[in-house]
Amino acid sequence: MSTLSATQGHVNLEPHSVSHTHEHHDTSGDTIFGFWLYLMTDCLLFASFFATYAVLYMNTAGGVSGKDIFELDFVALETAALLISSITFGFAMIAAQGQKKSLTLGWLAVTFCLGAVFIGMEIYEFHHLIVHGNGPQQSAFLTSFFSLVGLHGLHVTAGLIWMSIMMIEVIKRGLGKQTVTRLSCLSLFWHFLDIVWICVFTVVYLMGAM
Amino acid sequence: MLIRNLFNIALASMALILSGCNGGVLDPKGQIGIDEKNLIIIATVLMLLVVIPVIVMTLYFAWKYRDTQNHEIYAPKWAHSNKIEAVVWAVPIVIVIILGVITWQSTQELDPYKPIEGKGDHLTVEVVSLNWKWLFIYPEQGIATVNELVFPANVPVEYKITSESTMNSFFIPQLGSQIYSMAGMETKLHLIANEPGTFKGFSANYSGAGFTGMKFNAIATPTKADFNQWVEQVKTNANSLTHANYVELAKASENNPVTYYGKVDDGLFHTIVMKYMQAHGDMNKKHHAMGKHQQMSNEHQTMGSHSMPSSHSQGEE
Amino acid sequence: MSFLGKLSIDAIPFHEPIIMVTMAVIAVVGLIIAGLITKYKKWGVLWRDWITSVDHKRLGVMYILLALIMLFRGFSDAIMMRAQLALATSGAPGYLPPEHYDQIFTAHGVIMIIFMAMPFMIGLMNIVVPLQIGARDVAFPFLNNLSFWFTASGAILINLSLIFGEFAKTGWVAYPPLSELTFSPGVGVDYYIWALQISGLGTLLTAVNFLVTVFKMRAPGMTLMKMPIFTWACTWANILIAASFPILTAVLAMLTLDRYLDFHFFTNEAGGNAMMYINLFWAWGHPEVYILVLPAFGIFSEIVSTFTGKRLFGYKSMVYASGAISILGFIVWLHHFFTMGSSANVNAFFGVMTMVIAVPTGVKLFSWLFTIYRGRLRITVPVLWTLGFMVTFSIGGMTGVLLAIPGADYVLHNSLFLIAHFHNTIIGGAVFGYLAGFVFWFPKAMGFKLDERWGKASFWCWLIGFFVAFMPLYVLGFLGMTRRLNHSNNPDWNIWLYIAAVGAVIIMFGIICQVIQLYVSFKNRDALDDTTGDPWNGHTLEWSTSSPPQYYNFAEIPHVDDIDTWTDMKEKGLAYQGKSSYSPIHMPKNTASGVLIAASLTAFCFAMIWHIWWLAGLGFIGAIALFINRAYTIDVDYYVQNDEILQIEGVHIASNTKEVSA
Repeated sequence: MSTLSATQGHVNLEPHSVSHTHEHHDTSGDTIFGFWLYLMTDCLLFASFFATYAVLYMNTAGGVSGKDIFELDFVALETAALLISSITFGFAMIAAQGQKKSLTLGWLAVTFCLGAVFIGMEIYEFHHLIVHGNGPQQSAFLTSFFSLVGLHGLHVTAGLIWMSIMMIEVIKRGLGKQTVTRLSCLSLFWHFLDIVWICVFTVVYLMGAM
Repeated sequence: MLIRNLFNIALASMALILSGCNGGVLDPKGQIGIDEKNLIIIATVLMLLVVIPVIVMTLYFAWKYRDTQNHEIYAPKWAHSNKIEAVVWAVPIVIVIILGVITWQSTQELDPYKPIEGKGDHLTVEVVSLNWKWLFIYPEQGIATVNELVFPANVPVEYKITSESTMNSFFIPQLGSQIYSMAGMETKLHLIANEPGTFKGFSANYSGAGFTGMKFNAIATPTKADFNQWVEQVKTNANSLTHANYVELAKASENNPVTYYGKVDDGLFHTIVMKYMQAHGDMNKKHHAMGKHQQMSNEHQTMGSHSMPSSHSQGEE
Repeated sequence: MSFLGKLSIDAIPFHEPIIMVTMAVIAVVGLIIAGLITKYKKWGVLWRDWITSVDHKRLGVMYILLALIMLFRGFSDAIMMRAQLALATSGAPGYLPPEHYDQIFTAHGVIMIIFMAMPFMIGLMNIVVPLQIGARDVAFPFLNNLSFWFTASGAILINLSLIFGEFAKTGWVAYPPLSELTFSPGVGVDYYIWALQISGLGTLLTAVNFLVTVFKMRAPGMTLMKMPIFTWACTWANILIAASFPILTAVLAMLTLDRYLDFHFFTNEAGGNAMMYINLFWAWGHPEVYILVLPAFGIFSEIVSTFTGKRLFGYKSMVYASGAISILGFIVWLHHFFTMGSSANVNAFFGVMTMVIAVPTGVKLFSWLFTIYRGRLRITVPVLWTLGFMVTFSIGGMTGVLLAIPGADYVLHNSLFLIAHFHNTIIGGAVFGYLAGFVFWFPKAMGFKLDERWGKASFWCWLIGFFVAFMPLYVLGFLGMTRRLNHSNNPDWNIWLYIAAVGAVIIMFGIICQVIQLYVSFKNRDALDDTTGDPWNGHTLEWSTSSPPQYYNFAEIPHVDDIDTWTDMKEKGLAYQGKSSYSPIHMPKNTASGVLIAASLTAFCFAMIWHIWWLAGLGFIGAIALFINRAYTIDVDYYVQNDEILQIEGVHIASNTKEVSA
């Protein structure tokens, strides 16, 4: 903390410089509440795409339907990677709360790898579909499938970028209050994406393959 | 200037009331239109029961409690009264309940999909909105027209409506309801003319550059015989509308003249609807197996009309 | 693909004299303003104190400035349309070909709703809400600045479409399949998509920001049911924004994918479903009108209560009524398309739900009436707007309920009756409200009052102009005239079209009066100076500050015991009580990050519109890099020290004690 305040170099003269650090003005509760609100709006974004998928999934335009293209084993593996990554992020948060820097970093790295596996598998799935002539341009069903799953994938990708930045932050700045708040937001985000994926897995893959 | 304008408005309003609003929705010439006009009048009167007192009270209170007056009573802290609050909630609720009942009943009665009963057999006309003109196909007569609609007075007409391209709305104000025309979708409308005459029809939903010119005359002939005579006349026309030259017709054009087709290919309307509808739902596979035949049309009609409410309920998110 | 994508010299409409003259005028005005800023050496001030400001009050002022500029633009469109329709009668073509006219009515709708009404509402909310709840700023001041610049970016994009290419020719709802690539191959719809998308993002962030502010940063003692009514109204509006704007984001993203990557959400081909767009659009679009009108209701409540010198009648009813309107606003969207062929039961359900909204709205009207009852109403300009609203809005509400009856809508849908109805509610409700709020809070934001005489002139022009312009449209609707016609050929319509055009001119005089009012007031600002900070004998905390407020708002966060806190404090003699020493106040520093991020994203959007892929990539990555850079900037805040606070507070208290003794 005190190292931080020393590097700040404020113009105003400070009578009590000890309390005058970045963390003095505690707004972490506001930040987390605000981020949670953002997640609720994000939830509605997904809901819109889910609704559209529900309307369009039968419109296969004579092409493939979910039954023809979904490989449940593959997707189950993908799902497992993401679900486990949620647990490992939980461990990272416990470590962060306990101010254990290297443990936090370790768990974050594991989470990152699992997330990357998930995204890698999704890209593989998309690529596979497209080269077999089942790209999103083929039918309204494929359009809505690629968009819904892709929207989730984009979120996970953004989460991975964010996570890598957070790892740098933890390395450089340690586990200060602001950093832990940001990690909490990221953890909310990550768990949220997990929940969304469970819905995607159920609605799109399980119900589609049946 | 201003006063003259106000005067003009007053004068014109008077003229309007006296002339009975020529040619608009307040001058209906068909049963549906007449019912809708009555509905508008009843609802307006009911609402005026609240709206006029509110407006009068606004002006009166503003006048009475203006600060340049000396008021004996001034109650700066008075902000609650159960009695008044009960009344201000109750009055609108009562009016809305009455209006709600009227709405529920009238909506059932005026459902555009509901056939008009007690007037005998109906005539069927298939309507296609094209960029930017109207195509009317008479399946029973085997003829077609562009930008002119002819039917006998006092005979219910069933319109099956679709679109080749963008969304339009099929509307003849003096006969009543309008309904959207949408590609890959079949909507329905039932109208009747109570008296012969020529009524203006047009698209009531903006559809691009040539939209303003998407007009047609809806002509109600005095008798069925007159209508049949018109049909015979059209049939003598050498023009025929085939699947092939429909493609030509469907190309964008503006301010089209009235055109008659003495002959029209069977199932053309069905083909137009199915061109996009076959990409919808599971039905397409069944449909491919059976081929594109006219006898399928019943099934598709139900689908066309049912797929909309279901998509609405799914769109609730 | 060339270096500039689809953009070339041909994109500039040299052959359109109207556009070229407009551009010339804008260029000249822009140069004059730039010259004046240079002459008075204000570029530094502009940059340091405004563009980079994170102060909610300054951002509010900039929002309103943006709204007023866009009001001029949107109104120019309106008067051009009315002129076209007045000239193009009896088969005459008029002076605007469909090519141009169709862009104008689309731009008019988008601009008035998204870039006039929304910024006006958000501007007032920015200035007032933190002050009313006794907060020193919003929860996330930097985000607030960013939101403003996102909104401004959208406005800039839409105006760029004037000179580069074209705007959408689809109507402001941009229904597919018309807005799909097949039927709208130009860049117009792309301008529409990106301008709405970026400003929508700004609006969403604002809502999140203000919800956190209101739920977390209220002054001690201010329970939710002691919140000022305007703050409540804004809170409901923000809840609506948070719940509806994601749907707009989604539906625009889908249309984008259709147009850019040949997807099939809403196309005719391959199983797309255009009805899904229409449903989603209105699932956003209907709450949107309540987002616009609820804060206006809040403004009227504040004004009626202040200028009658009374408490607001039925505060709780008001809060619950707004809540009911907000919730019901989400289950009525289908009334925008009764004519799509839904079953009678579905139509009837949505019709009845729509009518139910009339109940809480009616309750509000009665509450205002009973606030006036046994009060002492000072007939000032804000009060005139309020009375004008109550009369006008009653009529608009009535025609709204009429349109909610499916049987009536079948013949009135898409007619000029509909146009008259929603202008009746949006002008008579929202715009009158914002203009009332503008006069009401102007002294708070700028430090001097607005001239009464010109204000009254403006009000009467607006009110009369409104009736002259829009009552004829009701008649035209009954006469069977549909919306978005480019010309007409029906002798019965002519007189009404002429009258409507005259009405538009009268409204124009109203706007001119407002400009004169601003000029006159600025010239006489010494005479109109608001030294007290409380020019109207207000009820709520914003009036306890000086005008304009101290940049930290409150030296000491007040304790709240009553809905009308400031009245309460004045009565208890707690007002204007200085202290001998204050603890330092934590304040955020201004930052250029917001404007730079928005600029990058504007470049991204513009590049996407014109398919300049390298610039799109650059703009997008630039925006993210700038955001991350901002996240890791440590030097973002500072403390105001006791000496400075003492000096500022001393002046405020002294000016008030002087008033009292004088």
